Amino acid sequence: MDIQYETFEHEADIGIRGFGETIEEAFSNAARAMYSVMFDISSIRPVVERTVTVAAPDTDLLLIEWLNALLALSDIERMVFSEFEVKIYGGRLQGRAMGEPLDRKRHGAVVEVKAATLHMLKVERIDGGYVAQCVVDV
Amino acid sequence: MDLKSLNKINDYVWEIPKTGEMRVPGRIFASERLVSDMDEKVREQVMNVAMLPGIQTASLAMPDAHWGYGFPIGGVAAFDPKEGGIISMGGVGFDISCGVRTMKTGMTREEIMPNLAKLVDELFRRVPAGVGSEGLIRLTPSQIDEMLLGGAAWAVQNGYGVEEDLEYIEEHGRVEGADPSAVSETAKKRQYRETGTLGSGNHYLEVQVVAEIYDEQAAQAMGLKKEDVVISIHCGSRGLGHQIGTDYIRALADAAQRYNLPIRDRELASAPIDSEEGRRYFGAMSAGINCALANRQVITHLVREVFLDVYPEARIKMLYDISHNTCKVETHTIDGKKKRLYVHRKGSTRAWGPGRMELPMEYRNIGQPVLIGGTMGTASYILIGTEEGMRQAFGSACHGAGRAMSRTQAKKRLHGREVIKALAEQGIIVRGHSYSGIAEEAPEAYKDVTEVVEATHQARLARKVAKVKPLACVKG
Repeated sequence: MDIQYETFEHEADIGIRGFGETIEEAFSNAARAMYSVMFDISSIRPVVERTVTVAAPDTDLLLIEWLNALLALSDIERMVFSEFEVKIYGGRLQGRAMGEPLDRKRHGAVVEVKAATLHMLKVERIDGGYVAQCVVDV
Repeated sequence: MDLKSLNKINDYVWEIPKTGEMRVPGRIFASERLVSDMDEKVREQVMNVAMLPGIQTASLAMPDAHWGYGFPIGGVAAFDPKEGGIISMGGVGFDISCGVRTMKTGMTREEIMPNLAKLVDELFRRVPAGVGSEGLIRLTPSQIDEMLLGGAAWAVQNGYGVEEDLEYIEEHGRVEGADPSAVSETAKKRQYRETGTLGSGNHYLEVQVVAEIYDEQAAQAMGLKKEDVVISIHCGSRGLGHQIGTDYIRALADAAQRYNLPIRDRELASAPIDSEEGRRYFGAMSAGINCALANRQVITHLVREVFLDVYPEARIKMLYDISHNTCKVETHTIDGKKKRLYVHRKGSTRAWGPGRMELPMEYRNIGQPVLIGGTMGTASYILIGTEEGMRQAFGSACHGAGRAMSRTQAKKRLHGREVIKALAEQGIIVRGHSYSGIAEEAPEAYKDVTEVVEATHQARLARKVAKVKPLACVKG
């Protein structure tokens, strides 16, 4: 797939969308899309690793849990991330997030994301792979 | 929105007739232009809310309503626990108790101008704002619990502000019913260094001048004259509030299924008020309200310190503090009967009319001040609640301008540096932590707040008292 991730327009907030050949890849790219709303992610060096484990009854909710777990982690540890790896087993997701401690100037901080919401939430098969998307509240 | 789908009650009130599973009709307060510009989704969301158990009188939308998460932004609905009423996370949102606080300075524009640039630089330096900013206070888990129970009163006890400040905050700065044990450890950890921070996005700190007075008597009661300088802050409950929203949207979406609630949209995430899940959410959300009130109180203290350093003659006194994302227990008269209701205001300001004992003495005869934030280039408004607003809308009004351009569009079309330059030419000093952030928040990216306020005034939800214009703005 050519595009890995993108943002899309929403009246008050902003939508994020990740693409991938697998659901896991789409989830990783959705996380990159979310961090691209907050920062210039090309400036974030993937030098420190954190792991995240979440569970949910369906794939849609699993995406929200994943993104929100990353937001909480960033807030608590003052870390920012730019690369991700996801493994999904049944209703569980194990993710690795690579990044570094927040440097507001160097990382080009734009706006905080308060939460990944259920709004326009969708994880589905498309031609050539998967898309994972939702609106984030800023 | 298609006007043909609505019954026009008068020029500023439109009804969505009760059909299908709706328990009550919908009611939109807006001018013809505002209502026709609203998304069809607003109508759908107002109707979805009207289907929820225990809803009273009508499902409401304020003049600035737009498509939200479950509830429309600008949505108001009241539920009676005795009639199986529900509490909904969608009716509060992620930024619990986000709101506006306005303070008087005891100074005029003429007196402030000579040192304005210095004041703004100091405010920018000393009031933490922007992505990842850290407050000066670090709170241990037990201190966080005290803050969640005590709200702004906790902040004053800890030396942030004075006792008198509390009188001019809804519920005197502290809501009852907060339950810190219903707030997750993750939420508390997120708050560790965030108390006393402004945040980012549409949050701001503004130095404003009173540009126009519409109601002399009410302005006098508030101690406002033309050319007076006031300070307003717009912010909410920070990471802790966001995490409560995140935690409970899942919990309440599950509860809604378990209790078999007639929910059309899972973003309405609801539980009966009288259920374990409903009580826990109410306890957590109330703790979130106290967190926001404490946060605005600590910022007030910082503003006061900066102001007194730059202008030793300044006297920073509270005008009022309002919250626009809440669910609160209030007594309202429905069909001649007094009822204790859970009033949800998602992007709507409480606007109580005169006579309520809860209001500070000075405002008891005129009604509650209603603070409506505009953009950094236009104007903000101070209104007061009315009797008619109490009858029509549980004492509720609009909350702001609403976006005209998406964030993506704004960033494509506008550049932060140019926005700052254009505002400087109008005499408005802007300091921000992010040029892109400023582009997203440019005045052009918002609808005209004046039209929203005018509709609120004409619909008699609240009455205009004063218009304030920005002299300087600090953005996150």
